[in-house]
Amino acid sequence: MNVRRYPAVHPCGDSALTVELGDSIDADLNARVLALDAALAHDAPPGIVETIPTYRSLFVAYDPVETSYETLATWLTTRASAPLPPVAEGRTWRFPVCYGGEFGIDLPFVASHTGLSEAEVVRRHSGGRYRIYMMGFLPGFTYLGGLDPSLAVPRRDNPRLTSPAGTISIGGIQTGIQCLISPTGWHLIGRTPARTYDPARERVFFLEPGDTVLFAAVSPEEFAAFERRAEAGELVAEDLVQ
Amino acid sequence: MTVLEVVEAGPYTSVQDRGRFGGQRYGLGPAGAMDQLSLAVANAVVGNPVFAAAIEIAPLPARFRAVGGDIRLAMTGATRGMTIAGRAVAMNETFVLAEDEVLTVRAASEGVFSTLAIEGGIRAEPVFGSLSMHARSGIGAPFARALMAGDRIPVATARLREAERSIVPPARGTGPLRVVAGPQDDHFTAEAMATLVSASWRISATSDRMGYRLEGPVLAHSKGHNIISDGIAFGAIQVPGNGQPLVLLADRGTTGGYPKIATIASVDLGRLAQIPVGSPVHFTLVPVAEAEKLARERHALVMGLAGAVREVGGGALSSEFLLAANLAGAAISGEE
Repeated sequence: MNVRRYPAVHPCGDSALTVELGDSIDADLNARVLALDAALAHDAPPGIVETIPTYRSLFVAYDPVETSYETLATWLTTRASAPLPPVAEGRTWRFPVCYGGEFGIDLPFVASHTGLSEAEVVRRHSGGRYRIYMMGFLPGFTYLGGLDPSLAVPRRDNPRLTSPAGTISIGGIQTGIQCLISPTGWHLIGRTPARTYDPARERVFFLEPGDTVLFAAVSPEEFAAFERRAEAGELVAEDLVQ
Repeated sequence: MTVLEVVEAGPYTSVQDRGRFGGQRYGLGPAGAMDQLSLAVANAVVGNPVFAAAIEIAPLPARFRAVGGDIRLAMTGATRGMTIAGRAVAMNETFVLAEDEVLTVRAASEGVFSTLAIEGGIRAEPVFGSLSMHARSGIGAPFARALMAGDRIPVATARLREAERSIVPPARGTGPLRVVAGPQDDHFTAEAMATLVSASWRISATSDRMGYRLEGPVLAHSKGHNIISDGIAFGAIQVPGNGQPLVLLADRGTTGGYPKIATIASVDLGRLAQIPVGSPVHFTLVPVAEAEKLARERHALVMGLAGAVREVGGGALSSEFLLAANLAGAAISGEE
């Protein structure tokens, strides 16, 4: 039996490595990843290019001209083995979502799979409080934890080749906000007019891992009004801290 | 304003520089040149900073016209025939495309991607620090998509020079591509790792800037083919459920949920990018320290490229040229 011990550092070629702090999807574990990321940003050894915090590991891209795997692995192992200063609590955002119909074509399937009415699926999904575990794959794709377990639906056997920008979907016990048109194996339950990524906007991105996301169900008419504002460069998602 | 007009371009022809860094934590991938050495050589011979943006040309033919002024260019990377008004133009050598002339670029005869560098660079505003185009992210400048006929790329006008310049591209070996084991080599059987380095792989036709699929024997997972999604490096060899490796390249997604058995050494990424569909690929394992040493040697080579530039029919360049090449700075884009 091969037992992994954490922190575990693994090379990703000669210009990146990954530090694994565990092997589960867990808010405390994810918070430690963000704390390690913050520690690295605060007093890093030279040669760090950028980092990608993920569910339970931190990906660190580095310049092998300025540093080495050995140097960074030692630094990261030492830091990750000791208590890390916790990061400040993230922001809380409320996203308008139009559920069902043409906005969420899989809502009937999710309802029948879970044995709930469509209205109850919407009530439970929009009543949730979600943690951003990570962003990745494509710009602005936001992986959220905290889905009501009664809404979990296994991924599709045949992924869809395309799904609309702004799609809110469920894949297993995860839910997510997708910014761009893209293929997906998740179930499409709604759409938000908010753009989590917009290269033409001054704030290209506004969400951070560790932030909290809430959803508010809106009508197709409200969606259209929000969408016009989003196209004009507004975030549309509401920052509840301010 | 001087403009390089695209008269004809095959798919996947785009403006690329070193890439875009700092956005991977938000899912924004680096993009960037598939063959970074080819980019550096092309920029060096025209006198630009080595990682300035240039035009990456996919294997099919292309044509470009100079509008509003003369433009000095150089082509490196995949070998291809080029003509201007019927006269042949050499690779790895600067030439002037005079106003209203058309440069005809034939299909690549060897390799995949060529790099067309422009003396003085492309005039565009960087987006998130780079001009590199990534179609799925809708990002890049001057176009947030692949180049198409009719596109007008603002560029610098050719300087007056007594002689054109040439460079002999550095040799980069013919042996197996070097890979570093991990980050999830422990998700595979010992046989799978042995097969990775012993098999003859072939580049699948469904390969592109996102990744090259490899066809060959099945690599067996030892604990399933799902991991909790994590970050993905340039050159990561990901193995999905069908056991056929996919090497993730410049336009990769930033994170993914399949195990990665090994990662190609950065020094060999450009070599992989230049292997055409259907051609064989072999791998050999090296320790991470060895791959880092190769990366440092490659960096020194790239930083010294200006010293390898010669005047056509002449000798080494003056120290003024070398100094100017070093001082030209990274901020070519966006200036006039």
